[in-house]
Amino acid sequence: MSESEQTTNEKPFRVVLAKLGLDGHDRGLKVVARMLRDGGLEVIYLGLRQTTEQVIAAVEQEDADAIGISMLNGGHLALSKKMIDALDEADVDVPLIVGGIVPEGDIEKLSELGVAAILGPGSSSDDCVLAIRDAVAAVEARS
Amino acid sequence: MSENNDSTDNSSSNDEAKQAWQEAFEASKLRDVDFQTMSGVPVDPVYGDAPYPGQYPFTRGVYPSMYRSRLWTMRMFAGFGTAEDTNGRFKELLHAGGTGLSTAFDMPTLMGKDSDHDWSLGEVGKAGVAIDTLADMEDLFADIDLSGVSTSMTINGPAPILMAMYVAVAENSGVERSKLGGTIQADILKEYQAQKEYIFPPRPSMRLITDMMKFTEAEMPRWHPISISGYHIREAGSTAAQELAFTLANGFAYIEAGIAAGLDVDDFAPRLSFFFNSHLDFFEEIGKFRAARRIWARWLKERYGAKTEKAMLMRFHTQTAGVSLTAQQPEINIARVAIQALAGVLGGTQSLHTDSFDEALALPTEKAARIALRTQQIVAYETGAANVADPLGGSAYVEWMTDEMERQAEAIFAHIDDLGDGSMLEGAYAGVENGYYVGEIADAAYRFEREVNAGRRIVVGVNDFTDGDDSDNDTLYIGPEVEEYQLKRLGGVKQERDGEAVKKSLDDLVAVASTPDQNTMPAFIDAVKAYATEGEIVDALEGVYGTYVEKAVI
Repeated sequence: MSESEQTTNEKPFRVVLAKLGLDGHDRGLKVVARMLRDGGLEVIYLGLRQTTEQVIAAVEQEDADAIGISMLNGGHLALSKKMIDALDEADVDVPLIVGGIVPEGDIEKLSELGVAAILGPGSSSDDCVLAIRDAVAAVEARS
Repeated sequence: MSENNDSTDNSSSNDEAKQAWQEAFEASKLRDVDFQTMSGVPVDPVYGDAPYPGQYPFTRGVYPSMYRSRLWTMRMFAGFGTAEDTNGRFKELLHAGGTGLSTAFDMPTLMGKDSDHDWSLGEVGKAGVAIDTLADMEDLFADIDLSGVSTSMTINGPAPILMAMYVAVAENSGVERSKLGGTIQADILKEYQAQKEYIFPPRPSMRLITDMMKFTEAEMPRWHPISISGYHIREAGSTAAQELAFTLANGFAYIEAGIAAGLDVDDFAPRLSFFFNSHLDFFEEIGKFRAARRIWARWLKERYGAKTEKAMLMRFHTQTAGVSLTAQQPEINIARVAIQALAGVLGGTQSLHTDSFDEALALPTEKAARIALRTQQIVAYETGAANVADPLGGSAYVEWMTDEMERQAEAIFAHIDDLGDGSMLEGAYAGVENGYYVGEIADAAYRFEREVNAGRRIVVGVNDFTDGDDSDNDTLYIGPEVEEYQLKRLGGVKQERDGEAVKKSLDDLVAVASTPDQNTMPAFIDAVKAYATEGEIVDALEGVYGTYVEKAVI
């Protein structure tokens, strides 16, 4: 995608999307990838079974503004913590957005860990784009 | 031939078919039930014209008497926590009169990783039972007479290892392998296409599967070595016709692999079974099920030269569509599941799993799982749907839909056949390689989502009728104790076993795996009997076969 396709002069948001861990359910993440792309974002889609190191390498290499990871089968707390810890250790300040199945009771726990936004089932295309823009804006306001 | 003669021929052949069906029906043992409506009106076992249920091409069902003889098997898939936990559940089921066990494995087991592997963090025992070594399998089936049950194991990439463990448990308890009955999913093609639980690349995986087919044919006559599964293809986002076509095309690929391995299609085809999704578009689903039977019978007879009807019969398991369940107002999923269950039954399924209403949120609670089973029981005992075989056969719409599903599937078969230069097996490899399956499925999934987003498609509770989502349901929580227990168990086994024997068995397995014309199954059995872990066996084989890595394509 080129800059000229953007409706404004601002640089398009770049977001790295990946699945961590062993779970192979990638339908949701692929749909979100296309939604974001159609919503004017640049998507770096890493696919399945990525390590936190691979995700961070992609963020640095692609100068990405946000990370989206997708969860389905109960690994969200362990894997989100692993990702946040790895980001802290690498001193990379980009927001982490978690999508997929997160039980009501774990939403607060993820926020406390430092997850910027949680997009549950039924989130619309606009919800996804807005969540990423807000999360990036919040990081920029901090720095 | 004049029109008059033609119609006479038709009606006389119809009479013959009816007569043959009548004889077959009368030879069938029936359930002791009054086959009448709620108002007391007796109903016939079938209505309409030939071909009748149990007659080629089996569009109307695989048995002449269908559910009048035997209801579908209400097979509820379960597995959680440690092997001991699941063993307890199995014993309860058997005590309550069940004869079939269905095992769900956790993610590390499905991916061939031991519980102490880095990647297993947080996933041990979460979505199924954790199996690392034969010791866990011994716990899983402790005090169960394996000669008296039929066991279904849902596993694909590491299927030969789990199969070997099952044989080893039986033999260590004095049950011969020839007495074992059950099914292992082992449908590796759909892993590359949809479910993504692959380990090795397609060709070596296929070699392991044909080894299992040959081994079970020679030594385990009651075993079903593959359950060819469309369920996951549909869940990943395909249309009904794609589910139908990709699944059957995979079935043809296994048939070709079996024939290439020197097996006789009439011997091994009857031991293949199928597994479909039942989604929400009621008539489309019923058309899909009817078309599936007809296509399979025709292709087996015409393309693969099967001579016996047994080899042409498609028997299938059905599960309601997990992906159709909404996290919003989850209770309304009970209605969705009921409609999908009824479609499966009207489509003539042999067994059925009904999803629990809370599965968009977590693994089901006991209450939700009970409601799901009760839903099947309502369909079976209250609706009258089991009284008449293929009750929608002859409906203009359902017959048209059946033909339409078949037409769409044939177009897809032609494409796959082209990709493989006249081989459905090569076509399957080529389609995996060039991203055909994943691309088609992702396109269909995105199309659906855009329609929902644009409000062109209503999902009740999600993009319309959204009032009333109070979400105060309990969900099942699996704590970290399971992982802690499993790590201790694995550590203990590793300490007690004979390390030299493990090493030797793995070296032997690698040697056999590197030799194309030897069967790997005996070496798998030796390795698990030496208490080699699942992860060690997979690592050893990855040294020979390599690891499959999917190209990341949106």
